[in-house]
Amino acid sequence: MSTWTDYLLTDSPESRRQARLGQAYRKWLAFRRNPLAMVGLAIIVALLLVAAFAPVIATADPLAQNLDRRLLPPSGGNFFGTDSLGRDIFSRIVYGTRVTLVIVLLVVITVGPIGLLIGAASGYLGGWVDRLLMRITDVFLAFPRLVLALAFVAALGPGLENAVIAIAITAWPPYARVARAETLIIRQQDYIAAVRLQGASQWRIVWKHVVPMCLPSLIVRTTLDMAGIILIAAGLGFLGLGAQPPIPEWGAMISAGREQIFDQWWVATFPGLAICVVALGFNLLGDGLRDVMDAR
Amino acid sequence: MTSVAQTPVRRRSWGDTAKAWAKIASRELSTVAITIFGLLLITFFIARVIPIDPVLAVVGDNARPETYEAARVELGLDKPLWKQFAVYTGKVFTGDLGRSVLTSNTVVDDIKRVFPATLELATLGTLIGCLLGIPLGVLAAVYQGRWPDQIARVIGLFGYSIPVFWLGLMGLLLFYAKLGWVGGPGRAGVAFQDLITPITGILVIDAAIEGDWEAFRDAWSHLILPSAVLGILSVAYISRMTRSFMITELQQQYVIAARVKGLSEFRVVWRHAMHNAFVPLVTVIAVSYMHLLEGSVLTETIFAWPGLGRYLTHSLLNADMNAVLGGTLVIGAVFIGVNLLSDILGRLVDPRTR
Amino acid sequence: MRHVAKLMVASAFSALLATTAHTTVAFAQTPKDTVVMAKQIDDIITLDPAEAFEFSGVEVVTNVYDKLMGVDLAKNNELVPEIAQSWSVTPDNLTYTFKLRPGVKFHSGNPLTAADVVYSFQRAVTLNKSPGFILAQFGFTKDNVLEKVKATDDGTLVITVSKPFAPTFFLNCLTSGVASIVDTKLVKANEKDGDWGNGWLKLNSAGSGAYKVRAYRPNEQYALDANESWYKGAPKSKRIVVRHVAEPASQRLLLEKGDIDIARNLSKDQLAAVKTNKDVEIVQGDKGYILYLGLNQKNPNFAKPEVREALKYLVDYASIERNIVEGTYKAHESFLPKGFLGAIDDKPYKYDPAKAKELLAKAGLPNGFTVTMDVRSVNPITDIAQAIQSSWAQAGIKLELIPGDGKQTLTKYRARTHDIYIGQWGPDYLDPHTNAETFAINENNGEDAKSKTLAWRNAWDIPDMTKITQANVLETDASKRAAVYGDLQREHQKVSPFVIMFQQVEVSADRKGVKGWVIGPSSDTNFYAPITKN
Repeated sequence: MSTWTDYLLTDSPESRRQARLGQAYRKWLAFRRNPLAMVGLAIIVALLLVAAFAPVIATADPLAQNLDRRLLPPSGGNFFGTDSLGRDIFSRIVYGTRVTLVIVLLVVITVGPIGLLIGAASGYLGGWVDRLLMRITDVFLAFPRLVLALAFVAALGPGLENAVIAIAITAWPPYARVARAETLIIRQQDYIAAVRLQGASQWRIVWKHVVPMCLPSLIVRTTLDMAGIILIAAGLGFLGLGAQPPIPEWGAMISAGREQIFDQWWVATFPGLAICVVALGFNLLGDGLRDVMDAR
Repeated sequence: MTSVAQTPVRRRSWGDTAKAWAKIASRELSTVAITIFGLLLITFFIARVIPIDPVLAVVGDNARPETYEAARVELGLDKPLWKQFAVYTGKVFTGDLGRSVLTSNTVVDDIKRVFPATLELATLGTLIGCLLGIPLGVLAAVYQGRWPDQIARVIGLFGYSIPVFWLGLMGLLLFYAKLGWVGGPGRAGVAFQDLITPITGILVIDAAIEGDWEAFRDAWSHLILPSAVLGILSVAYISRMTRSFMITELQQQYVIAARVKGLSEFRVVWRHAMHNAFVPLVTVIAVSYMHLLEGSVLTETIFAWPGLGRYLTHSLLNADMNAVLGGTLVIGAVFIGVNLLSDILGRLVDPRTR
Repeated sequence: MRHVAKLMVASAFSALLATTAHTTVAFAQTPKDTVVMAKQIDDIITLDPAEAFEFSGVEVVTNVYDKLMGVDLAKNNELVPEIAQSWSVTPDNLTYTFKLRPGVKFHSGNPLTAADVVYSFQRAVTLNKSPGFILAQFGFTKDNVLEKVKATDDGTLVITVSKPFAPTFFLNCLTSGVASIVDTKLVKANEKDGDWGNGWLKLNSAGSGAYKVRAYRPNEQYALDANESWYKGAPKSKRIVVRHVAEPASQRLLLEKGDIDIARNLSKDQLAAVKTNKDVEIVQGDKGYILYLGLNQKNPNFAKPEVREALKYLVDYASIERNIVEGTYKAHESFLPKGFLGAIDDKPYKYDPAKAKELLAKAGLPNGFTVTMDVRSVNPITDIAQAIQSSWAQAGIKLELIPGDGKQTLTKYRARTHDIYIGQWGPDYLDPHTNAETFAINENNGEDAKSKTLAWRNAWDIPDMTKITQANVLETDASKRAAVYGDLQREHQKVSPFVIMFQQVEVSADRKGVKGWVIGPSSDTNFYAPITKN
């Protein structure tokens, strides 16, 4: 074995950093043994690459219309055919990766911290805070997610940012629940009691000790949830309340192809496949991560 | 009376148990009441801030100002928001959900009409999910870590990754347009519309009750595709949960004991292990059922299915307040019921939250 | 165990497949004497003739109720008496006398008399629902209607209007659904809390027309049964079933499989596809609906006349017609639809980006500007908007599309908070005044205005044009009236903030063997009675 693997895999790490890195490396080794998780990782890496190099990969301007070349079947020039305004579907899907990524990232950035904080506070503080926060969570959980998102988008007006906000509003409760459940366990651990005895404030304990311990399960949860976010976003786009045209959002592209579904199958088929592949990628990745990080 | 008085100790213990139960029940009930109230409050205010003029749904775009104003007053929109909400909640408690402006029916009647259609879809969907998902989950557990497990996992994850509206479109393209195996969008063929008197409201059952097998087949051919689409969604969840419950059970002492006793593998898996995994599985099935009610929003749009999901979206986009609130209330009540069930069962089963 | 598990899965799968395979339905033909249509009917909110004002609702009303006057589609929409056998008007154009056709009976068997007409008009004016103004604009109010509309005997009706309106204007209004005659006895029997039977009539019928409502389920379907003793003779088909099918693609499939006889909402591509099918025939008729862009004058850029004109040169009318709406819309650039009195066919604008750029430069905007358009998320509106977006980019105008559901964009439009609205306008009745009023009258451009016409919605302040348009309803000479409308439209084309683009063509695809179905210029004239099937 080379020296850096020795360094990482040693049984007696000499520094905190070495211990942490070693732990991470072991997890990576475990993760690598899972072929499905690797497929997921590959898909997500490919997604990132396609999004980054979209202008290079796309064969045409995703917004360029050519009404005389509408609804052409897949061919060498248009790999996935053209849509009802004569735009190249392949290029639109390639650029659509950016839209998807933006939605997913924005939602996760908003939802994760909110859910984590509410859940951790609720679980750690208990009492009326817990009851109040959990009641609110219950109310949000009692809504069908898509209907709630739909209502919010209708209230806020369509557009990418508003779709993100709406999805975020509907997505936080499960995070809060997971965080709360984790916190309930962590709270009873001895080291928390020790910190408390040292006189640390409640908020400090929640923020410094409880939150970090909840992170692994939340990361897993987030990765698994990304697929769900993509599907909800696509659903909103499909109902005509997502991204503004002519942005190549995949759900809206399916919706646009709905009218031609029986004759020009390709218009709706390829964006749907793209959603499937990306959502599957996130699911496989999340599933693999769960096995590694969330062994309990 | 006197005998009771003579046994105070016994009486108190009885009373204590009853009190404890009453306490739990009242706590749960008040929780439910608060949740429903919160649900109504949020729905009400969302529906009111939506920049869609509800009067438009009543009078249309071309109405003259006097007509518009009269309709606005009739809808109670001239009153302050809190008053509108108070009036509405007051009515809800008497079981009056108001009247839908789009259909001119009372919301209660509307829901009675559309809910069975959704129920029909979600029930068959769940059934399909169980029929495929449970065996798949058991298979995965028995062969844990080996290829059947991997295949089950991929199938499960696929179910989580497919946009339901797209799957529905593809299903229609293939099975209806190309192969002609199933009926198209809608609940029944045109020739069979209105033929069956609604008894349960569930078309296949009503047709069977009447003994009209032509109509039954027609209804079935329309039902099977959207249900299967929903079913695929629930296969994912059910198979994965079955797998994890079965893995836990199969590691238990009694399974080993049963094997040592020489019971057939079939009996060990299906009678003993399955028996114990059954309780949590019921919760899972209930939760999955609930998700299918939600999944029906898009499925119903694709299949022109006259159910609650479509009713709700259509009402929402027309700012038909009473209909939106009524529909949300029904779905919310189902959600709360299922959550309660899974909470109670979860408390019985999972030591972590006990 | 292996076998067992395999068996379980296998049997579950095969059970499922078996059920589907066996239901391979041999699609039955539609019943012989029943005509089945697929149509988007989710716009219906009521079947009450005094309230119905949506395309589909009005279409039901016109087939269920009779009116005093009608139009002859074969003779360029010429007015013809219907329940009125004849009519006359005093020289001052204020008092009309109608002689009613004797022996007409309602579906219930009750005789139709002049008293029923009086009740129907009183009812419509008093309820004053959306279409109520069509009658009320002649000076009827709920307090005076019984003096202005009188039955002198069972067969004679005398109506007095408030101003010497052009007789064609008044009589044209009598052909609209709100002037339908309802069965007084039946309606009164179903009255509740003084609602004039409105609650009941929303879902039921009390008429004398070709059909009666058998069953109506909102957003699902309605079924009509023939009135065998209709005064014009029994309708050709015993029953009409109209089923709500939202998707044009589904409508077409149902049609091609023979599940339905008539598909009503096929889009351009569906039409192109069924044209090659020898079992399908296309029927079409010009509809009065006009597709236009409304440019809000509150936006300072649109207040410049050069910009308004430039935008009219920046729509590729021909390409949009050919590629997106062929067969369902045709190019039309003036506010009166073809088929109306005074309509003109002038098309002064063609796609000309160079000319547009020149005009923009003259307006001080050589590099264009940024602006938003509220777009209903339905086709072909979305596609047209995107096509416009792409051609405007040629002149440097950055157009941002804001999608929304119909009611959402409309709410914004009505509040005058839009930049540009893309939408349709449908005439309320078969007289040119309906469109002239909305496109060319704006009495008060303030927020407190009583009359909120399309001109008002786009904040277009036109005191002079308003006067000319208002005066023209009193012009009794039809040819003079038409000439004034012609001049008005030409002026309107030059200066207005409306980019009028297309007129709708209603198309219906029928199974071969369906005969007699004629599409009229409005929903009031889509008659089911002549439809036959062999």
